Amino acid sequence: MSEIISNTKLQTLKPPVTNIGVLGWIKANLFNGWFSSILTLLTILLLWNTVPPLFRWAFLNSAWTAGGSVCREIDGACWSVVVNNIRFIIFGFFPYDHQWRPLIAMLILFGLLGFSRNRNFWRRELVYAWMIGLVTMGILMRGGFFGLETVESTSWGGLPLTLLLSVFALALAYPLGVVLALGRQSRLPVIKSLCVVYIELIRGVPLISLLFMGSIIFPLFLPEGVTINTILRALVAMILFTAAYIAEVVRGGLQGMSTGQYEAADSLGLNYYLTMRLIILPQALKIVIPPTVSILISAFKDTSLVVIISLYDLLKSSQTVLSNPEWMGFSREVYIVVAILYFLGCFSMSNFSRKLEKDLDTGY
Amino acid sequence: MKSLKICIVIAAVLAFAGVSLAGTLDDVRAKGFIQAGVNGGVFGFSMPNDKGLWEGLDVDTARAIAAAVFGDAGKVKFMPLTAVQRLPALQSKEIDVLCRNTTQTLTRETTNGLNFVAVNYYDGQGFLVPKKLGVNSAKQLDGATVCVLPGTTTELNAADFFRGSGLQWKPVVIENTAELNKAFFAGRCDCLTSDVSQLAAQRSVAPNPGDYIILPEVISKEPLAPVVRHGDDQWFDIVNFTVMALIEAEELGITSKNVDKMLKSELPQIKRFLGVTPGLGKALGLDDKWAYNIIKQVGNYGEIFERSVGPNTKLGLERGLNGLWTNGGLMYAAPFR
Repeated sequence: MSEIISNTKLQTLKPPVTNIGVLGWIKANLFNGWFSSILTLLTILLLWNTVPPLFRWAFLNSAWTAGGSVCREIDGACWSVVVNNIRFIIFGFFPYDHQWRPLIAMLILFGLLGFSRNRNFWRRELVYAWMIGLVTMGILMRGGFFGLETVESTSWGGLPLTLLLSVFALALAYPLGVVLALGRQSRLPVIKSLCVVYIELIRGVPLISLLFMGSIIFPLFLPEGVTINTILRALVAMILFTAAYIAEVVRGGLQGMSTGQYEAADSLGLNYYLTMRLIILPQALKIVIPPTVSILISAFKDTSLVVIISLYDLLKSSQTVLSNPEWMGFSREVYIVVAILYFLGCFSMSNFSRKLEKDLDTGY
Repeated sequence: MKSLKICIVIAAVLAFAGVSLAGTLDDVRAKGFIQAGVNGGVFGFSMPNDKGLWEGLDVDTARAIAAAVFGDAGKVKFMPLTAVQRLPALQSKEIDVLCRNTTQTLTRETTNGLNFVAVNYYDGQGFLVPKKLGVNSAKQLDGATVCVLPGTTTELNAADFFRGSGLQWKPVVIENTAELNKAFFAGRCDCLTSDVSQLAAQRSVAPNPGDYIILPEVISKEPLAPVVRHGDDQWFDIVNFTVMALIEAEELGITSKNVDKMLKSELPQIKRFLGVTPGLGKALGLDDKWAYNIIKQVGNYGEIFERSVGPNTKLGLERGLNGLWTNGGLMYAAPFR
């Protein structure tokens, strides 16, 4: 019987160098078969042809502070159109010497939004913080207190206006939408039909037509001498519009609840309000977070439609800069900056919704 | 029930009675400022600068009205309006006067219930062509491709012109001004058509402005004037004679710099104009210093023109039709007596 057990240590063979490490990763993910190899090569070619010229245009050959005539000489980006007009783009008509006020108001808003992202802070104190914050922002924007000069809302513009329209439109449309959804599910025929008519009417027209109604036709109906703030009119139109869409999404969530949930609530002896508040809505609203956020994001972007009724939101104040002959033609640079700002807003919203979904995930 | 209906009818009648009684001048005095509708962004006519302050010929016209009414050119608030919004805003009394490069037409005067005062800028549609095209009259543009903005009277005027002259043309319709300029300067079309005041701005952003000329033909008449509502003759007179005062002052040689010296002038028409001999202001329902305030604070028409759109600005427009009648232009003020 020969020796079976060898005392010599077996040499451990390493896997081929092409299967591990960077090379292995490249092989597995980029050159896995002829089809993916061709795709990889094509992608590299595409990137090679686009990224370096873009980088040269945006950074190497660009001008950051030069005037319009210098900008026309260079073939890179002319960021100075934004740099030189940044205060008008951001603050619009807000009096030049008082522009620190909307700046602080925006910082307060960002701070509050940042805190509100974290669910650990969702306590009574946060509600107080929002109340104090909103009042402070109102005082800062409007003035008339503490020696601050009064600035009428007609002079508000730029980014603060976009944020104001978005935050209020979204924050007020959401509860209104939930109420409408509950109304549509109601057993009371009058309430039900009113909600159905409202939702279908609003969903049957584009937002632009509502904005036109608010800004052009509505004033003709008002009695003599009564004028209603233009911003308020646009805001109401946006709230009414967004609420109708949210209502339909929430209705989807309500219909997704099994009857067992309602019966369980009934057997506990809960009344309608408590059933909704404690059992149905928490679950229904949770399952419709993704479509709700989609609607909120598109509503945020829709605020730029107020351009057509001459409110100077971020987009309009940027466009105005472009009609100055010195800066005519540098639309790319301006729109890129505006797009980045909108992207930041939309991305943080969708990011927050994913975080919220994860936090609220109970597995059923 | 019946009494309720009667009440509503009475209330409605009273409301309408209120409409016809309260004049714009009283309203304006009560609220302490003039609400003027302006364009949101036409360089040289009405546009915010990088500090958000309004500048331009239309804006200064509105300031002149405030100077006439209040003796303070700052007592005016500007409401930027789109082309669609401007007439309803005036009709619904959201604004007191519209100074927004609006062309005077018969339908606007009648069907829309508006009154145009004296013209503050004579515009017209023209053509911008590259010099190397070798064209010096619009009649030579047979078969040309023409860059034009859609949906405005500009497109219709161009169609009328080419059809009327028996010329072939190919419109290249581009939605926005920036893209339109790019297409034209890149050589996509032989010529660009728009209002002459706009063509000047567009030429100024060309890679090489000297390579382009504006053809002499003006194919449409665009008398741009401030607008007020029908039915308030006193307010109409005030706005009308404010524009006239700007022109009259230039004709009399009164500027914002020499107006104080002119107060001592012995010429009777200057004494009447500046209120040294009283009477004219009172006739309008204003202070006798109204014209003095306009010129002192805003300047005469020539000064406004020079600083807004004149040869030394980015637009570089010549006076042309907007010169005084004594210099071959159309600016002509009714006598101040």
